[in-house]
Amino acid sequence: MAELLLDDPVAAGFEIVHERPHSFYPEFFRKGDLKDQTHYCPGCGHGIAHKLVAEAIDELGLQDRTILISPVGCSVFAYYYLDTGNVQAAHGRAPAVATGVKRAHPESIVVSYQGDGDLAAIGMAEILHAANRGENITVFFINNAIYGMTGGQMAPTTLLGQKSTTTPYGRDHYNDGYPVKVCELLATLEAPVYLERVALGNAKQINAALRAIRKALRYQTERAGFSLVEILSPCPTIWKLDPVAAQKRVREVLVPAFPLGVYRDRGAEIPKGETLPPRPLPAPPPPLDAIPGLLDIDEQTPDPPAARPAQADLRIRVAGFGGQGVLMLGEVLAEAGLQLGLEVSWLPSYGPEMRSGTSNCHVRISSQEVDSPLVARPNVLLALNEPSLRKFLPTVEVGGWVLYNHHQLPADIAVPEGIHLLPLACSELADSLGETRAGNIVMLGALLAATDGLPIEAIHRALALCVKSARWLEIDRRALATGQQAAREALSNRSQEVRREIQ
Amino acid sequence: MAKQLIKGNEAIVKSAILAGCRAFYGYPITPASEIAEAAARYFPSAGGTFVQAESEVAAINMVYGASAAGVRAMTASSGPGISLMQEGISYLAGAELPCVIADITRGGPGLGNIFPEQSDYFQVVKNGGHGCYRTLVLAPHSCQEMAGLTALAFELAHRYRTPVMVMADGFIGQMMEPVEFASTAKLPAPPEWAVTGTAETRRNLASSIQLEADQMEAHVRKLERKYRLAAEEEVRCEHVETNDADLVLVGYGVVARVLKAVVREARAEGLRVGLLRPITLFPFPVLPLRSLAHRARIFLSVEMSTGMMVEDVRLALNGARPVEFFGRCGGNVPATDEVLRVVRELAIREGLRPLLTDVPSLEVCHG
Repeated sequence: MAELLLDDPVAAGFEIVHERPHSFYPEFFRKGDLKDQTHYCPGCGHGIAHKLVAEAIDELGLQDRTILISPVGCSVFAYYYLDTGNVQAAHGRAPAVATGVKRAHPESIVVSYQGDGDLAAIGMAEILHAANRGENITVFFINNAIYGMTGGQMAPTTLLGQKSTTTPYGRDHYNDGYPVKVCELLATLEAPVYLERVALGNAKQINAALRAIRKALRYQTERAGFSLVEILSPCPTIWKLDPVAAQKRVREVLVPAFPLGVYRDRGAEIPKGETLPPRPLPAPPPPLDAIPGLLDIDEQTPDPPAARPAQADLRIRVAGFGGQGVLMLGEVLAEAGLQLGLEVSWLPSYGPEMRSGTSNCHVRISSQEVDSPLVARPNVLLALNEPSLRKFLPTVEVGGWVLYNHHQLPADIAVPEGIHLLPLACSELADSLGETRAGNIVMLGALLAATDGLPIEAIHRALALCVKSARWLEIDRRALATGQQAAREALSNRSQEVRREIQ
Repeated sequence: MAKQLIKGNEAIVKSAILAGCRAFYGYPITPASEIAEAAARYFPSAGGTFVQAESEVAAINMVYGASAAGVRAMTASSGPGISLMQEGISYLAGAELPCVIADITRGGPGLGNIFPEQSDYFQVVKNGGHGCYRTLVLAPHSCQEMAGLTALAFELAHRYRTPVMVMADGFIGQMMEPVEFASTAKLPAPPEWAVTGTAETRRNLASSIQLEADQMEAHVRKLERKYRLAAEEEVRCEHVETNDADLVLVGYGVVARVLKAVVREARAEGLRVGLLRPITLFPFPVLPLRSLAHRARIFLSVEMSTGMMVEDVRLALNGARPVEFFGRCGGNVPATDEVLRVVRELAIREGLRPLLTDVPSLEVCHG
């Protein structure tokens, strides 16, 4: 034989009728000592399947574009053999890894090569969802109904009654469930374009397998979408059969349990000669200098309003029911502080995303750097409901302001000495504007009237930034004015009362 | 450019895109979901990919694929999701693939709750997955740092070819503060080791397998050298009034913000108190802590956990000074007053002299 291994057989007068695919390494340099042979057992289906995949890659001219994802299992070292780009994945995760690779390089050809334990047990979620997203990848799924690498344990595809090291009495569906039929399962999904089950039981089946593998890869080149070829494959070592008997078992035992055939072929549903609609490529990336604009961060710094307080130390607690605009009120305050060129922070007491619970936030507006964003001792409490008043009133600092969303305090609540109180039915006033939900901004207007910490110009700027809808911006501006007016009246009435009392 | 009032979680996303990140794979979880939401909004228009994965397990493996393909990639989650990602993080570290993972921490163990805690410290800082690896860990304490440290995380991830974690608590993720972003965007070319589906990169392989014992040991030693180098080069921390401090507080994240208030108030009472805030949790600021031990008499680690980082403080000081601990958990943040009380008790115990002599007695001040 040795004399036949010529450097240039064509020059020596030979015609090449069959050769090793170029997509196979001529020597397995990653493998260690035995560089000329695979690590697979004699008669193992992986060797055949690898060769078919390499041949199909060659035939379609895809070698340079192909990235093979190796799984965990007997084919964990597929990257020893396939002379393509290679990524080795964690057990079962190859379809997720393939997703990351393919989305990064949509023009590459991404092949996920997985066994039955990898794909149909630990990796069931990943394969189902990659298929359901219609990822434009190709999956070759080797089903030999057993775990090979770990030494013969039950696979999700192990047949009922079949003995394995973890089903020593045979697979019992009451304990172990039924063999998983992957093609049938994936065929319940809308997205896959091609699902076929083939076998490696004899030369005829192997030829059919090559055709399926080629078609699956071709669909990827056409960006048609997700393809999977399930390959029923012999495992002579674990089955304890010689290679010929193992192939016979594929034909006579596996094929009846996992019927061969096409389970989905969108290409067969359209007229001959036409191709499936390609999945869209991502839009071309924008120029780099457009990125800040796309991120909404290209605004220029506005001039701060003229009336900017020299000293500020507002520690505000806003509280009420979910839906009363508690967080939004806090945000407007913080945004106003920022518009004034002050240091600000806004911290929500976040909760599960549902309405009708209680809600509160901490706002700090300061001429100094804000240390703790938590407001334990507020000098402003905006209480939009009674529970909030009861909860936070005792925390308010002496000299601080409390605004309460009702025309009077509950009878049993006494205002601590030194606390300024302004009860005002903000939600009712908002009602009169036709929008109860603007009660929060009525209260903001009242706060502006009661204290002179924040110029109205800053609040208007903040509202314009925080309120996206023109209708709401109009409502909020009216609410702000209403709150200011009502608070001025209430405070003026009160000082007249005080004056009368003194007189 | 104008400062923008923005949530910490959203700041991460904008900064990541400016740093050249073009792949985001995530799964919703409170209090980190705004990161995935902002990524879904901004990544596609910036020429990137956003996919909501079927699980955190899938998300981190998608990141693995994107990183192997040479794209700057990230994901984000919170405690329970980070636990699920540990498998993938180990593979990324083993395969020397860079990526950024944001952990917006919440209460645990188990489902716990959604409020801020710092109880992910062990699983994030001490390598929560299998094998001899570390992740570099950055701990922002403001929204501005959520932006800045995310950008730094990408630089470090690629410099060291390793996953980098940005660990912030739920409050830093949820709060809004003014942030100034980088004025220009960058987009580095795929590194030479990346598998990009071209003839030039055909022989590239991303894998964490080292089959032979000696080969595996050599690989682990190589990783170890990287971590040692990072420990020499990348330590970052902030000193607040530590120069003359008798008592040094140690804290990160929102706790450090509270501790800044504690330092201010304690100083007003005449106590020489300072703060050392680790910005990198791995590498831990060992030398800065040791050098403070020359003067400081006592250290107090304050955390939202039952005591995790305090172990690193003790290891750093190696018995040179007493290290005390104060922690709250379950979503409770240590309050300024609460920490001040502990500081005062320790000051009395250690006989720390007030800075000023004319300060009124503590009771008068805070009675």
